[in-house]
Amino acid sequence: MAGTQYRGSEILDVDQFLKDKDGLASEREKEIGQHIGYRYDVNLVPDYTRMTPFLTKYVEEMGWDDLNWLEDVHMGYEEGKPAVFDRNINGWVRVPDSIALPDNQQDRDMIARELLIKFQMSDRHPLVQLREAYRKY
Amino acid sequence: MESMSVMASDMGYDPRAGKTRDEIEGTTQEDRARDLGMMSEQLKNRSMEVFFEVGEEENLIYPYADKVDFNKRTELDCEGKPTTQVNKDIRALMEEGYGTIVLKNPRGMHSVGVGILNKLNLIIEGSIGYFGVGLIDGPNVRIKGRVGWSCAENMMSGTVLIEKNAGSTFGAAMRGGDLVCRGSVGSRTGIDQKGGTIIVGGDTGAFSGFMMQRGRMIVCGNAGKNLGDSMYDGTIYVGGEVQDYGVDAVQAEMTDLDKAWLTRKLTQYDLLPEKGVDHFTKIVAGKMLWNYDNLEPNEKKLIL
Repeated sequence: MAGTQYRGSEILDVDQFLKDKDGLASEREKEIGQHIGYRYDVNLVPDYTRMTPFLTKYVEEMGWDDLNWLEDVHMGYEEGKPAVFDRNINGWVRVPDSIALPDNQQDRDMIARELLIKFQMSDRHPLVQLREAYRKY
Repeated sequence: MESMSVMASDMGYDPRAGKTRDEIEGTTQEDRARDLGMMSEQLKNRSMEVFFEVGEEENLIYPYADKVDFNKRTELDCEGKPTTQVNKDIRALMEEGYGTIVLKNPRGMHSVGVGILNKLNLIIEGSIGYFGVGLIDGPNVRIKGRVGWSCAENMMSGTVLIEKNAGSTFGAAMRGGDLVCRGSVGSRTGIDQKGGTIIVGGDTGAFSGFMMQRGRMIVCGNAGKNLGDSMYDGTIYVGGEVQDYGVDAVQAEMTDLDKAWLTRKLTQYDLLPEKGVDHFTKIVAGKMLWNYDNLEPNEKKLIL
């Protein structure tokens, strides 16, 4: 049936996009040579039993009861490498090879969230300099 | 501590080559943009590498954010002040370190509390008008009255809790955080939602979740016509009746993880129904609208 064969984003294996960086699963993807959709399950809700101590501290600092916006952050894969998408710079932040990847997406997501917060809160983050250049107040 | 390399593509400059604050303030905005490599002709085929050490410091707020203390509390009377002045006053109080600000007499003021990019407890004692607390990134806002159209539009993070009802396009283009209305909301709730969680204690109007792309919406009551119309992704949970579904919105099976997350989220805001969450319906995108282009004439026929 038209449409259903184009999904291409069904995640079958946690290492799917590490083993196959192109990830061209559907006929439509093969036709256009481009992966369609996310390289992770955007609808996966977090398992709070897997929170890291750093994330717990961050959430407390902000006065929240849960991960808040980080519920939408997942570990993705860019060019066959694990990475997390930083919406503030519109780019991927790669996870270094030295960090061992857990065997499940929930723990990987927690690592991605922690890495992203550490990067965004660093004074080396590009937003710091962008703010210097463009801030209005 | 281990050194960590991070690469973000297509940014086109190295922030380590930045100038000192005095040097930056002595130049025009155009010069600053050029120095940072932000001119469009320089962005092609370039990438950026930023190296930082995970343990070099442990900041939990943005480096440029004001250091505010939740225990430092003050009140701000909106009576007779234009919105711009109220928003400037909020910023000035945050610069002074106030972490809890109570707004008195908002009297349906439009665009109040917008653009707060820091942690803060903002308590609004009354109702506000259109575009309230939009474009926020971090604060916890509690509104004790009603809100008009497009409350928390483009919200990035934080929590917004409304005690009474809300107007249409509630949480439009929202990107992150929790947006909660204890009462009922108008139509087009979460239109173009790109992340975050919208929770409605009562009912929601027609075309809720229209063109939703990511994120989650929980409606404890009933949903109006065309729920989730043209949604691309994301999840909608409805506790009551759905008048009808929009194009490409389909029911999905609730998992144990869904139920645990729903229970946790609704408990947080004291909205958990007595009968729990087992009766909720989960709605997702059928993804028939994905990659909709002129190469797919059959699909067009099917949808239109």
